[in-house]
Amino acid sequence: MITLDTIMQGILLGGLYALFAAGLSLVFGIMRLVNLAHGDLIVLAAYLILVIASVLGLHPFLAVLVAAPVMFAVGWLLQTHVLNRVLGDDLLPPLLVTFGLSVVIQNALLEGFSANSQKLAAGTVETQSLQIGSLMVGVMPLLTLATAAIVIFALNRLFYTTALGRAFRATSDDAVTARLMGIRPNRIFAIATGLALVVASIAAVYLGMRANFDPSIGPARLLYAFEAVIIGGLGSLWGTLAGGIVIGLAQTMGAAVNPEWQILTGHIAFVLVLLIRPRGLFPRAND
Amino acid sequence: MSGHFLEMRGLTAFYGDFEALFGIDLHLDAGETVAMIGANGAGKSTLMRALTGIVKIGSGEVALEGERIDHLDAPDILLKGIATVPEGRRLFPSLTVEENLLIGAHARKGDGPWNLQSLYELFPILHERRRSPGTALSGGQQQMVAIGRALMSNPRVLLCDEISLGLAPVVIKDIYAAVPRIKAVGTSILVVEQDIGQALKVADRVYCMAEGRITLEGRPDDLSRDAIHDAYFGVHA
Repeated sequence: MITLDTIMQGILLGGLYALFAAGLSLVFGIMRLVNLAHGDLIVLAAYLILVIASVLGLHPFLAVLVAAPVMFAVGWLLQTHVLNRVLGDDLLPPLLVTFGLSVVIQNALLEGFSANSQKLAAGTVETQSLQIGSLMVGVMPLLTLATAAIVIFALNRLFYTTALGRAFRATSDDAVTARLMGIRPNRIFAIATGLALVVASIAAVYLGMRANFDPSIGPARLLYAFEAVIIGGLGSLWGTLAGGIVIGLAQTMGAAVNPEWQILTGHIAFVLVLLIRPRGLFPRAND
Repeated sequence: MSGHFLEMRGLTAFYGDFEALFGIDLHLDAGETVAMIGANGAGKSTLMRALTGIVKIGSGEVALEGERIDHLDAPDILLKGIATVPEGRRLFPSLTVEENLLIGAHARKGDGPWNLQSLYELFPILHERRRSPGTALSGGQQQMVAIGRALMSNPRVLLCDEISLGLAPVVIKDIYAAVPRIKAVGTSILVVEQDIGQALKVADRVYCMAEGRITLEGRPDDLSRDAIHDAYFGVHA
């Protein structure tokens, strides 16, 4: 039966999905670009962390500090040299390019690391748990949710209290007028994709410590992320956290009834939210 | 090019195969206010967009203090000191009034006469409404924000595209009351207007455009009503 424990597990799982989705939400919010390679970029970041951790002998939490700036650079270069060329009124070219990128990343990882499953070894923290009231809560899932909340809080602060955030929002509203204000949209987009891949690196470290990963799992992560973004309301960061939690809750509740239903109930929840609130739970007023 | 502060010579612009500007010659001296009048579709806004780097120039030259700027992109033209109040105001809906003003200073280097405080003195109502979303304001107040946003970069040249469009006469009067204060700090102003009366009142010199060409130039006092009428409607003598 669905117990308090199941609900808690669902909320905590939602933290991981929100981390998957935050980068996607950021990029969509600023440049209306649906990055179909987002899941694969998370997996790419997970392999990068794996390599850094094994070569330098670092704990994954330290390795991600090295991987994040590298992924920022990857995002910057990707946006500057590839995605900025295809952004425009037509939504199809960026979709096709990011779809192609997804295939390229998967095959490159397959070539480089084989199809064998990998895992980031986090040590004892993986199995530690805390007693909260009558519940035993895993430290790792708790850290994941806390990190998701911190990441989304930080992105919100960036968006609403800094000059860069102002430029993000202005460019998102009207890129032509933003240029008249001295803003260079292509540069703003490059920073945004760089930031999205920093967030993807943070998602990757939790993905890799929580479960096995291999080069083919990106598209499924993209699907959860995409559903979380849509449930939350396109472009709303706190909505994305809520969306992640909705999917996490639905999956754990489904699994509690019948373990085979876990993935299915997540997707059903997505469809139900779309039916009831087609613009998501927290849509932006001007979308 | 001669010694005018801002000068255009032989400027053409196209939308695909359609030629919108046919060899425009125009100049603006330092501290001068020039009005560009013309009917809908005369090419006034295209001229503004060409000047600000939004529409690509076909041929011709634009120079600011003798330096060619016609090859520059919009952000670089702003950096040279040419700021725009675009047609239709085009405030950013996600930004508050104050944020809309601040975004105008995004690329600003150094100080100048215009900052939040001096703009709130120029348009006190904006201080009251500073936390509201820019687009929640009345049309006149939005126009004040658009003008303030352009001034925040402390420009040497201010381009105003149809700032009276869609506003009540009493509101237009309020908006234009700010022009002398903007002139007073030495800013050159190019105003594009359909409202001939307002343009003649505020300008040191007037150009008239019809069908993508300059049809008249002169000082308001020297131009007869008939000459303006003919130039405005593209009636060839």
